[in-house]
Amino acid sequence: MKGLADIASFLGRSILHILDFSGYTILLFFRSLRYLPNVVRRRHEIARQMFNAGARTFGVITVVSLFTGMILTLQTGIALKDYGMEENIGNIVIATLTREMGPFSAAIILIASIGSAMAAELGTMKVSEEMDALQVMSIHPEDYLVMPRVVALTVMLPVATIYVNTLGVIGGAVIAESHLGVSFQTFYLHVLESLWFKATYVGLFKAFVFGMAISSISCAHGLRAENGARGVGRATRNSVVASFLVVLIVGYFITDIFFREGL
Amino acid sequence: MIELSKVRKSFEGRLVLDGVSLALDRGETFVIIGMSGTGKTVTLKHVAGLLDPDEGDVLIGGVKMNGAADDVKERLRMKMGIVFQSGALINWLTVFDNVALPLVERRLLPDADIEEIVDEKLRLLGLSEAKHKMPGELSGGMKKRVCLARVLVRNPEIILYDEPTAGLDPVMSRTINNLIRQMKKDFGVTSMVVTHDMHSAYDIADRIAMLYNGSIIQCDVPEKIRDSDNPIVRQFVRGMVEGPIAVD
Repeated sequence: MKGLADIASFLGRSILHILDFSGYTILLFFRSLRYLPNVVRRRHEIARQMFNAGARTFGVITVVSLFTGMILTLQTGIALKDYGMEENIGNIVIATLTREMGPFSAAIILIASIGSAMAAELGTMKVSEEMDALQVMSIHPEDYLVMPRVVALTVMLPVATIYVNTLGVIGGAVIAESHLGVSFQTFYLHVLESLWFKATYVGLFKAFVFGMAISSISCAHGLRAENGARGVGRATRNSVVASFLVVLIVGYFITDIFFREGL
Repeated sequence: MIELSKVRKSFEGRLVLDGVSLALDRGETFVIIGMSGTGKTVTLKHVAGLLDPDEGDVLIGGVKMNGAADDVKERLRMKMGIVFQSGALINWLTVFDNVALPLVERRLLPDADIEEIVDEKLRLLGLSEAKHKMPGELSGGMKKRVCLARVLVRNPEIILYDEPTAGLDPVMSRTINNLIRQMKKDFGVTSMVVTHDMHSAYDIADRIAMLYNGSIIQCDVPEKIRDSDNPIVRQFVRGMVEGPIAVD
């Protein structure tokens, strides 16, 4: 009986903690939006964050995108070949990339590399009293730290998604030609045939939402870090896990809203 | 100028401040001494409005800081600066940019004036050579001096110092002490200093308070603290191993 009570108490505390943190993250996001008029003033910090999100992840995004397209083409192409439909592989690759894989892959890479770095950076600032110093100088962390990060990642995630989609198609084309005997020309004709406007803008919209979510979650975890280096490590890990879950859940609901039958 | 009234504060069930009351006059230099972990920095953070007490009140110039609206806190904080123990410098800004930060953010002065003010403070603290260095390239003592320069550029009425001389060589410690005295003499700055350094405490303090087990056990002028009858105060200020303070 006592064991059950303990489990119930643990679950209750966990749910309260999740609700508390979600509320804090949402409030932090909206508070940072209040400072959007300062975008020009914060352009150097925004540029620094965009550089981090772009240049510093360029290599890994390139490799992941190429291989995503290659794996997708190989797996699907082999199945299609059994039915003699391998020429349609371009349609499937572009539809999958623009709708799901593009924004999802870009989000995962940026969560791992940039979201975690944001949480660690802000967490370190929190435990080393830099946040206190900013507050005493009447500098709002939402303005000075959070808004530039939210803007940078919200801009860079759609950019990264376009890059993932483009390289994914190139990777797919190479495999289509080498393994399935589908010429580049045929592959690209099918890609263009299925480069559906709605799928593209919904994919980019997803990336836009993911960018806002990842940056807000990462900043919130960083700003709530405590208890020294161990606390920063915990904040970083939790920010990665939370961002990943939110990307999955939000991704599903966006797909459901835009591609539900009849809409 | 600063008043703490029956301030109580706990962290996760551990009582850190147990009814602390003290009052600082304008222009006074007030030093808080005590063992590590007795709540000296917590007291300082209450004054800065970075922490709110569980019970009791913190007043700055007669205005209640705890529980005040953000804009009230901000207005009160405009009057004060904190010299943090770690320096608390922004690690992607140079020394110059760190010191200029509060002025740049306030946007009240042209760039040329900001540069002049920052250069003057850096010179005053012997940091001119380090102007373009990043915080990662500085020693602990230099970081603290940069932090002090960042406070001084704002000409605050109140300066809170958290271990201002810890980790500094004797010459630089004396320089900082002189600066604290000079700020009081020239500008009537009210200072609250948390320190373990008794030489500094005697050197700069108008009054010294000893915090022990969350309470002020004695608050008096430096001479009376030096010759205190209280066995706890006596053990602490003389640095004796034997005495009522248990060393765990």
